[in-house]
Amino acid sequence: MIAEAVLKPGGDAATALYIVSFSMFIFGVRRGTHPTTAKQGNMIAAGGMAIAVVTTLLLDGIGNWGLIAIGLAVGAAVGVIASVRVQMTQMPQMVALYNGVGGGAVALIAWSEIRHGIGEIDAGTIASIPLDTLIPVLFAAVVGSVSFWGSNIAFAKLQDLIPTRPLAVPGQQVVNALLLVGIVAACVDIALNHGDPSQGLFIAILIAAALLGNLVVLPIGGADMPVVISLLNAFTGLSAAAAGFALENVALIVAGTLVGSSGTILTMEMATAMNRSVANILFAGFGGAPAGGKGVTEERPVTSIGAQDAAIKLAYADSVVIVPGYGLAVAQAQHAIKEVADALEKRGVPVNYAIHPVAGRMPGHMNVLLAEADVPYEQLKEMEEINPEMPRTDVAVVIGANDVTNPAAKDDPDSPIAGMPIIEVDQAQQAIVIKRSLSPGFAGIDNDLFYAPNTSMLFGDAKQAASDIASEIQGL
Amino acid sequence: MTLFTELTIFVLAAFVGFEVISKVPTTLHTPLMSQTNAIHGIVMLGGLIVVGYANDPLEYVIGTIAIAFGTINIIGGFMVTDRMLGMFSKKPKPKAEDGEGDSS
Repeated sequence: MIAEAVLKPGGDAATALYIVSFSMFIFGVRRGTHPTTAKQGNMIAAGGMAIAVVTTLLLDGIGNWGLIAIGLAVGAAVGVIASVRVQMTQMPQMVALYNGVGGGAVALIAWSEIRHGIGEIDAGTIASIPLDTLIPVLFAAVVGSVSFWGSNIAFAKLQDLIPTRPLAVPGQQVVNALLLVGIVAACVDIALNHGDPSQGLFIAILIAAALLGNLVVLPIGGADMPVVISLLNAFTGLSAAAAGFALENVALIVAGTLVGSSGTILTMEMATAMNRSVANILFAGFGGAPAGGKGVTEERPVTSIGAQDAAIKLAYADSVVIVPGYGLAVAQAQHAIKEVADALEKRGVPVNYAIHPVAGRMPGHMNVLLAEADVPYEQLKEMEEINPEMPRTDVAVVIGANDVTNPAAKDDPDSPIAGMPIIEVDQAQQAIVIKRSLSPGFAGIDNDLFYAPNTSMLFGDAKQAASDIASEIQGL
Repeated sequence: MTLFTELTIFVLAAFVGFEVISKVPTTLHTPLMSQTNAIHGIVMLGGLIVVGYANDPLEYVIGTIAIAFGTINIIGGFMVTDRMLGMFSKKPKPKAEDGEGDSS
């Protein structure tokens, strides 16, 4: 009888099944270390999730099946539609949104845990909420609420619903600091009065954390989004782990911690790739006011070429490296650039892609966009891998990228991007830069690469220019 | 479980997480993020427990929303990850059928 097959909450059988479940998560992520096994790894992790959900549904005393069914149905419908419809250029928004709902779920669960505790105190079942439950609940509430609202703002920025440029409000650091102090103080108050915690104060904490999430993410510019999304990912993970502490559920603790580790690693990698500290990215509102660089607007000569000349350079090159940037994604030029690569390969010219870690709007974004255009992953080279090859590269094609190729990062210690690791396009024998105009990039500084004697500028829309080059090469 | 048992699990899981995830190549970081998003959807269990044992209207509402949120994470996360990884595991020379269709 299925109805009899119930598990005791916190009992051995349930815990054993949760252990199976989190082992499958870890194993699944481990299989994700190679493109050929990652798909299978994802299935394994999904299987682990199915076990966890079914185990919970079989817990003794679980009721309100109608509501559970509604929640599952609504969530599944939204999840399926979103995952089928989303375009690969929109992945950062999607991940931001998923971060948000995850954080929101944690905050809501924390709220109901508090209500539950207060209810039990009122009923006289317990004298106070034990601190080893209460503290994780408070942590989960704060972090969950911050990541829910922060992620929603990140989503709105990526989706162009609100301006992507940094929105700086004077005195904002002070307001943020005050909010944080207030939140911590309120948490301490609730923890001290754990025999009679105030639900009103708890709701105030949720609201203050919501404000904080909004205020921290609003001033951050579009190009810093890879860091923000990774950080929010880490936050939601940790909040889930905290919920696991409160609910005494091993699967939640391990899964949440796994996500927290992942987000933390990605955050650090992204910050390193920009040569900036996480604190600087979160609190400096970079790129709003170009520091000093604006003054140098003297006319410098550039070499401008057309699609035909570019096609000839490429077709007779010994090796070509394509350096894509976010502009490629904006122009939806990933398929057009693949055509160029195909035409070149047909002529026997080896083509590789040099991917800067922050080339997209989230970690690894550019790789997904190119994979979507059927670029084999063997041709996607990381920065450290491709830079030593650059001096032996005949032609480097920069498309939709700017700051990540700026030699000033290496040569000019006073540059705002000094020390940022770059793709060393300036080391290649020749460079072709496909760009709309000479306008500076996100950092608001001129790119010396454009004026180098061995650089040719091809002005125009990335998609159009790439298609033109492809058809010129085919016509040769 | 005592608090210290939980902390032990947490610390060990953090080390395992760092070890495993630092081996994921940059190329797969976006699928990694959407996959960890899906795993994070495990908070849905919390929602199930809340609703499953709830007996007041506000908790019904809170818990049902939490279940819906968590399910979006789980279903959407695993599905979109699968879609992305399908692109990476494509054979090197497929006929470009639906390639252009997605651009708009």
